[in-house]
Amino acid sequence: MKAVLAIALTEIRIGIRNRWVLLSAAILAIFSILLVVLGSGPSGTVDAHPLTVAVASLSTLAVYLIPLIALLLSFDAVAGEVDRGTLQLVLATPIARWQVLFGKFIGHTAVLTMALMLGYGAAGMLGYALGGGEDMPLFELLLLVATSVLLGAVFVAVGYVASCSARQTGTAAALAVGIWLVTVVLYDMALLGGLLASQDGVFARLVFPWLLLFNPADAFRVYNMAIVDGSLLRTGLGAGPTGLPLEGAGVLLSPVLWCLAALGLATLAFRRVTP
Amino acid sequence: MSKRIEIASVSKRFGRVEALRDVSLAVEAGEVVALLGHNGAGKTTLFRIMLGFIRANGGTLSICGEIAGSAAARRAISYLPESVAFPKMLTGREVVELYATLKGAARGDAGKALEQVGLAEAADRRCGTYSKGMRQRLGLAQAIVGQPKVLLLDEPTSGLDPVSRGEFYELIAGLARSGTAVLLSSHGLSELEARAERVAILRKGRLVADGPLAALQKSAGLPTRIRVRSTAGGAADIHQRFGGRRINGASVEIACAGEEKMPVLAALHAAPEPVADIEVMPPTLDEVYRYYSLGSNVEEDRS
Repeated sequence: MKAVLAIALTEIRIGIRNRWVLLSAAILAIFSILLVVLGSGPSGTVDAHPLTVAVASLSTLAVYLIPLIALLLSFDAVAGEVDRGTLQLVLATPIARWQVLFGKFIGHTAVLTMALMLGYGAAGMLGYALGGGEDMPLFELLLLVATSVLLGAVFVAVGYVASCSARQTGTAAALAVGIWLVTVVLYDMALLGGLLASQDGVFARLVFPWLLLFNPADAFRVYNMAIVDGSLLRTGLGAGPTGLPLEGAGVLLSPVLWCLAALGLATLAFRRVTP
Repeated sequence: MSKRIEIASVSKRFGRVEALRDVSLAVEAGEVVALLGHNGAGKTTLFRIMLGFIRANGGTLSICGEIAGSAAARRAISYLPESVAFPKMLTGREVVELYATLKGAARGDAGKALEQVGLAEAADRRCGTYSKGMRQRLGLAQAIVGQPKVLLLDEPTSGLDPVSRGEFYELIAGLARSGTAVLLSSHGLSELEARAERVAILRKGRLVADGPLAALQKSAGLPTRIRVRSTAGGAADIHQRFGGRRINGASVEIACAGEEKMPVLAALHAAPEPVADIEVMPPTLDEVYRYYSLGSNVEEDRS
C-alpha cells in the first residue's frame, strides 16, 4: 500500500509542478465564471440564485470539458513512460503492475479533483458575491464537483486503456482524442438521429433511455440536470419526471461501472506491455 | 555456495534473430562479473529476461533461488538501465525516496545513497537540470538504495568521466564486499580498468568466454610484439634474420608468442646488427576483447 501511495504522490507532485492543475483549473474557472455572469441575467426574473442557473450550465459544459482534461492527463501514463524509459525502473522493483496503475489512478484523480475544486470554487465565490449566501445552491455545487470527479475518474481509467494498448505515445494520444469525440460528441448525435428516425416512438421509449444511461457522460448530465431541476422546481423553472430506467443516484451506476470496467481492462492490457 | 544469479542454457529468439543461444552464467554473492559484448550481442536482452520484462524461449533463470521476474526475485534485484531517465519535475531526493519506498527500504536510506554517489549537494534540485553524468549517478543511487542482494548494471560507466568512473568502481567494490552480487555490462575490457574479478563475453548471443581476466589473456594466446629500431640501415638485416614486418625504414616489428619473448630478446641482444631501441608491447585488453568478441584472428588488423 505504501508503494501505491508513493506512486500516487509522485503523480500529484508532477501534476502540480508541470502546472497541469493550474492550467486545467484556469480553464474550468474561466468557463464557470463566464456562466455565472451570464446566468445572473435571467435570475432577476425567476428569482433563482445566479449560481443555480450556472450549475445547470456547468453540468452541460463539464460533459465536454472534463473527459477531455481527464484523457489528456492519462493517455501518456503508460505509453509515454515506456517511450521515455522511466517505466522499466518502476517495473524492476517488487511492486505489482496493477499497483502501479492503481497508484497512478489515485494520483491523477487527485490532480483532477484539485483542478475541479479550484475551478468551480472560483465560480462558487463569484456566485456568492453576486447572489449572497441566502439560497445559495452549495449542496448542488458540491454534488457537481463530486460527480465531475467521478466522470473524470471514468475517463482517466479509459485513457489508461488507450495508453496500455498503444505502442507509441502518439497513437495513444490519437486514441484518446477519438474516444472523446465518440463518447461525448458523436454518441449524442447518433442518439438524436435515432430519435428523429423512429417516428413511432418505440426507440424513444424502449431503447433511448438505456442507451442514454449507457454513456457515462450522458448519465452524468442526466443526474445533475435532475438535481438542478429539483432545486429549480421550487423556483418555478423545473421539468417533469424523466422516464429513465434508473432514477436519482441510481443513474450514477453507469459511470461507476464504467470506471471499474476500464480499470480492469487497463490492468489486463498493462500486463502485456513490455517496458 | 550461494549463487545469487543462476542462468542455465537460456535462449531467446526475436522472430528469426537468435538474440541469445544456450547462455549459462552464475554469479555468487560478493562477486563482480563483467558481461562484455558489442551492441546487439545480447547483453541487454539477458538483463531484460533477468528482470522478467521478456520471457526466454528456453532455459532457466533464477535470482537468489527465485524464478526471474517473480516479485520475490525483484525484491532481491536492483537495475540500472543503459539509458536512464527520470521525471524532470522531481528532485533527485524525491526520485531516490520513491524507489526506496517501492523496494521496501526505509526512506532515510535515500540520503545515504545520494551521498554515496556524490549527489548530496544536488539532491534537492530537479532532475531536469542534471547533466548526463549526474543522471547516471542518480540512476546508480536508486539502484543501490536499500542494499540489494543483486545489482544489474547496464553500461553503468557510459557518460562518466575517468575520475567518476574510478569512484564508481570503488563504490561497486564496497557493495561487493558487503555481499552484493554485481553483474555489469560494458562495451570493452579497457573501460573496466581491470575492476571485475571475472569477465564473460557474449558474441552474437553466445557466451564465448567466462573466466578471470588473467586466464582469458592467457588462453587468447595473442602474440607479444617486439618493435626494434636499428641505427644505420640495419633494419633489412634484422628483418631477414627475425622475420616480422617492416614498419618504416628503420624499424621492424616482430610478433611472438608469450613464451618465445625472452629467447627472441636474447637473440636480439646478441645480434651484431646495430640495435638502437627495443620496445616490448604485450597484447592490450582491447585486443584480448576483440579476439573473443570478433571471433576471428585479429592479427591482421593490428597496427
